[in-house]
Amino acid sequence: MQSLGRIYAMVLRYVYLVRRSWPRLLEMIYWPAVQLILWGFISKFFETNSTWVAQASGVLMAAVLLWDVLFRAHLGVSLAFFEEMYSRNLGHLFVSPLRVWELAGALLTISLLRTVIGIGGAALLAIPLYDFSIFGLGLPLLGFFANLLVMGWAIGLLVSGLVLRYGLGAESFAWVSIFAIAPISGIYYPISVLPEWLQPVAWLLPSSHVFEGMRAVMFEHVFRSDLMWRAAGLNIIYLLMGVGAFLLAFNSARTRGLLLRVGE
Amino acid sequence: MKHSSAVSVREVSKYYNQVRAVDTVSFEIEGGAICALLGGNGAGKTTLLSMLLGLLLPTCGELSILGTDMRRHRYQVLHRINFSSPYVDLPQRLTVRENLLVYARLYGIKHLRQRLAELAGQLAITEFLDRAYGSLSAGQKTRVSLAKSLLNRPEVLLLDEPTASLDPDTAASIRQLLREYQRDTGATLLMATHNMLEVERLCDDVIMLRAGKVVDRGSPDWLLQRYGRDTLEDVFIDVARDTGRVGNGGGE
Repeated sequence: MQSLGRIYAMVLRYVYLVRRSWPRLLEMIYWPAVQLILWGFISKFFETNSTWVAQASGVLMAAVLLWDVLFRAHLGVSLAFFEEMYSRNLGHLFVSPLRVWELAGALLTISLLRTVIGIGGAALLAIPLYDFSIFGLGLPLLGFFANLLVMGWAIGLLVSGLVLRYGLGAESFAWVSIFAIAPISGIYYPISVLPEWLQPVAWLLPSSHVFEGMRAVMFEHVFRSDLMWRAAGLNIIYLLMGVGAFLLAFNSARTRGLLLRVGE
Repeated sequence: MKHSSAVSVREVSKYYNQVRAVDTVSFEIEGGAICALLGGNGAGKTTLLSMLLGLLLPTCGELSILGTDMRRHRYQVLHRINFSSPYVDLPQRLTVRENLLVYARLYGIKHLRQRLAELAGQLAITEFLDRAYGSLSAGQKTRVSLAKSLLNRPEVLLLDEPTASLDPDTAASIRQLLREYQRDTGATLLMATHNMLEVERLCDDVIMLRAGKVVDRGSPDWLLQRYGRDTLEDVFIDVARDTGRVGNGGGE
């Protein structure tokens, strides 16, 4: 119960921050909405010019919304952690009874809230604008969402660990890491499009299984539980690696004396 | 709430590659004492405080607070201690009230709003409770940081330059507050400072550091006598410059 109280305190700290900073609040909703609007028009165009897209109207919009789940989940963790580093507050936090895993728990909770608000807004916007509802994917949507959220958390914890270890100069990892995996996640095209040598690498990503599963639901009206379970299995490994990297970075920071002098 | 030894440091060293920031330091601080860590820049004061708080792992040696090993079991005791430093910030965009409420929750304080009002009165921060922390002057921030450090009524309070950036009047009232807090609760205070006036007026025990080593220890009066000096500032300079002037006042 005490742990929950401390996690709540850290979430509350973030809520305080966002509610008095309209740029942060706007940023949460703005990018998913802009992405959705852009891909909505592209979808409209392809529906009449591409037989593939025409077979499953809305596949590109579903892909962009689900990709944004991964992206926002990752940023939700990383940016919330960067806020603590920007404010040079880690020294106070880590002499309080707050445990490292409680801080990680708070970061994941903040990420969930940010993702639901950002993607939820864009998903609702798609209904009147393009007559497309991602909720039409039905129950599998929950599985897709959960898998991408967890993968985003894992990357976010890894990036936060790197920034804790190497300072805010390593902040660009937040952007580099996510865009590096985008081409091999099969967001807008099947994994079979990739060169043969690259396909085994792509299948090591939970996101590849999710997007392949999404297309199976939309094109073949089949729920591929095998893909879902493989994504979940990989995510367990990813999350353990993310948490491990964060804890290693924390211990390294304690050895090197970085917690009191965080910065560039 | 007295402990025979509230703070214990045994054979502690911290090396950064070839640099010895703290070199085989040992001392004990009795419960209820107000003790100063005195030394020049780079003497190892902040490194020692960081290790005591568990923010920095020693290369070797044992550190404990209230009988708890701070290297391995710090979470058992963190709710009974606290820390203030003008060099560690609080979130700038949050108001003072929001910052203190977050920390009150982290420390599991009951009746947190009541506690906050009480501290705000004692530290004269009531008028800017609803201002963003980042908009405060350095002196106001120091007072807020002190309020944060007293939220949980700590049994051991570690302070890094507690009156830095404060005008003489406010600094005097903060010293008075710390003295009263120690008297009322029996808490142990350990402060790293350069402020000799603060040491003379507040501390009953002084640990003098130079180049990561403890070079002397005693009450302010005893040190003045030992070094044959009229002010602690002169003693500080003797120690910092390693003038070899020890024992001229008959203390040796």
